[in-house]
Amino acid sequence: MWFRRLLALFALLVPLVLLAIAVFLVFYAWPAIHYNGLDFLWRDTWNIGNQYASPIQRHGETVMPGAQFGILFLVAGTLGSALIALLFAFPLGLGAALFLSEAVPHRFGHFVSFFVELLAGIPSVVFGLWGIVFLIPFLSHHVYPVLARLFHFIPFLTRPIGSGYGLLTSSLVLCLMIVPFITATLRDALRSQSTEMREAGISLGATRFEVATRILLPGQKTALAGATMLAFGRALGETMAVLMVSGNALNYLPHNVYSPISTMAAFIVAQLDSALADPTGMAVRSLAEIAVLLLVISLITNGIARLLIGMLKEHTL
Amino acid sequence: MSQAPGDPPPRPSSAWIRYRRIKSAIGWFLAGTALVALSVAMVQILLYVFLQGFHSLAPKLFVENTVGVGGGLKNAILGTALLSGSAVILSALIGVAAGLYLSEFGEGRLGTLTRFLSDVLVGVPSIVLGFVGYVTLTVWLRWRFSLAAGAITLAVLMLPYIVRSTELALRRVASGIRESAYALGCRDHQVVFKVLLKAAAPGIGTGILLALAISAGETAPLLYTAGWSNYSWSGHLIHEPVAYLTYVIWSFIGEPFHSAHALAYVAAFLITFMILLINLLARFLIASSPHSNR
Repeated sequence: MWFRRLLALFALLVPLVLLAIAVFLVFYAWPAIHYNGLDFLWRDTWNIGNQYASPIQRHGETVMPGAQFGILFLVAGTLGSALIALLFAFPLGLGAALFLSEAVPHRFGHFVSFFVELLAGIPSVVFGLWGIVFLIPFLSHHVYPVLARLFHFIPFLTRPIGSGYGLLTSSLVLCLMIVPFITATLRDALRSQSTEMREAGISLGATRFEVATRILLPGQKTALAGATMLAFGRALGETMAVLMVSGNALNYLPHNVYSPISTMAAFIVAQLDSALADPTGMAVRSLAEIAVLLLVISLITNGIARLLIGMLKEHTL
Repeated sequence: MSQAPGDPPPRPSSAWIRYRRIKSAIGWFLAGTALVALSVAMVQILLYVFLQGFHSLAPKLFVENTVGVGGGLKNAILGTALLSGSAVILSALIGVAAGLYLSEFGEGRLGTLTRFLSDVLVGVPSIVLGFVGYVTLTVWLRWRFSLAAGAITLAVLMLPYIVRSTELALRRVASGIRESAYALGCRDHQVVFKVLLKAAAPGIGTGILLALAISAGETAPLLYTAGWSNYSWSGHLIHEPVAYLTYVIWSFIGEPFHSAHALAYVAAFLITFMILLINLLARFLIASSPHSNR
């Protein structure tokens, strides 16, 4: 029995670590949560205040005069980049998974999917490097001008195309980073379906594509939803790659897809140094409030994703 | 419809069949295009990083420390090895034990909770872990930028991966093996150490290797816990910042100097190459494992 208790102690560490992270963050961010109130999400100015003045008291907290913290531009950037990334990643991941599981021999499919899933293993910062030295020059010289000219009648796709650092570039990089989650989960789910289903479909006169999309895929809706949620969560919390290609906009709402943006995760890295200049510490605590929000978002998206995928496992076992 | 029970079903018209065939062909074409697009992007990234990195590779990079925006990468290579190495040891000790609990005795409430929360912890953005590490270890405990702060933050990041992969690897061990061991009179710890861990070693090892690959590529959790240093680590666990390769990639690509870019390319090459190698090795381990069900 002592051995089981010892192992249980180690297992207990996982919930404890997560609890400690949440408690520390909320505790640390509390003055900022109190000072910023609910407007935090809807205000679009991040201003750490006049650093040359003396601290003042406002709403019972010590802050620098003029200090105001709002992250609407971050919310817009985070949601915008993640949603556009999902818009690309969903069809790409779905198509690739269908093709890998139903159209090519299994050996070949196995090899290629290993290769595609390696995308998930490439570090965020390497994606960022590739984005800066290859993708951004390529897009801003050859793709975005054409895109802006072709779709000049669609408000969000018209000029100015800017420098290449921005919303669409971030989304494209994010898309490559999250696609493996969708492809890998869906391919495994499709392959786990019985051969009889395929044979029954073929014998009814359906083409292989119809078997894949009308018979196999509908059974995997939950897996697909779970994987998509997981990918969305990843996109929302991705830091380094976005930091490097987003243009790090401050207090600026994107007005087209080429606009520079910043996301909540990238903003924490980008602003911690200057937030540390605030002698009252309110700026760092407001960054902690962003971290709290990120934590809550990741708990929700991953919780839903795992429940969906978990439901599926009980269903198939 | 006026169809008698004995009649054969009406045959679909050939135009209808042709329409469906064409639609299917278009569908496969689109699906194939998606796969090709992903593969091309993957190849492009790898080739770009490898060619640029290989081009800038020089022997002196491995023996010199970084000087300003030039010099070598000895400090960063050493630092990455130290940070990821100590993190993986710490995380594997806890993670394998927790995974053992989940797979062998984890049917109760604690097991369900730990399983769910470690899946959730996987999804917590790495910058959140980095920020918490900064607030608690660097500032509150006054460790400043240090190996200990960086390694512990990385260990937390790797923990859920190791817990879950260990659990999966152990679950693949046939229950007959456990039953025979218990039937021979083994105690819990004997079953675990003499039977289960040996049988599941390839799977557990693969999980640890993959976690190592993930930690080596991380930047955000280290920026404000490990810091950066132009010198090689001199043996202090706390109060001494540590250099690491991913920092070089992030920071030096933004500098307007050729020498800085060359260092960033080489750092990206080294990290990507190592991660690729670990992934291939992990594949090989899974394939050669006697209990693999693939």
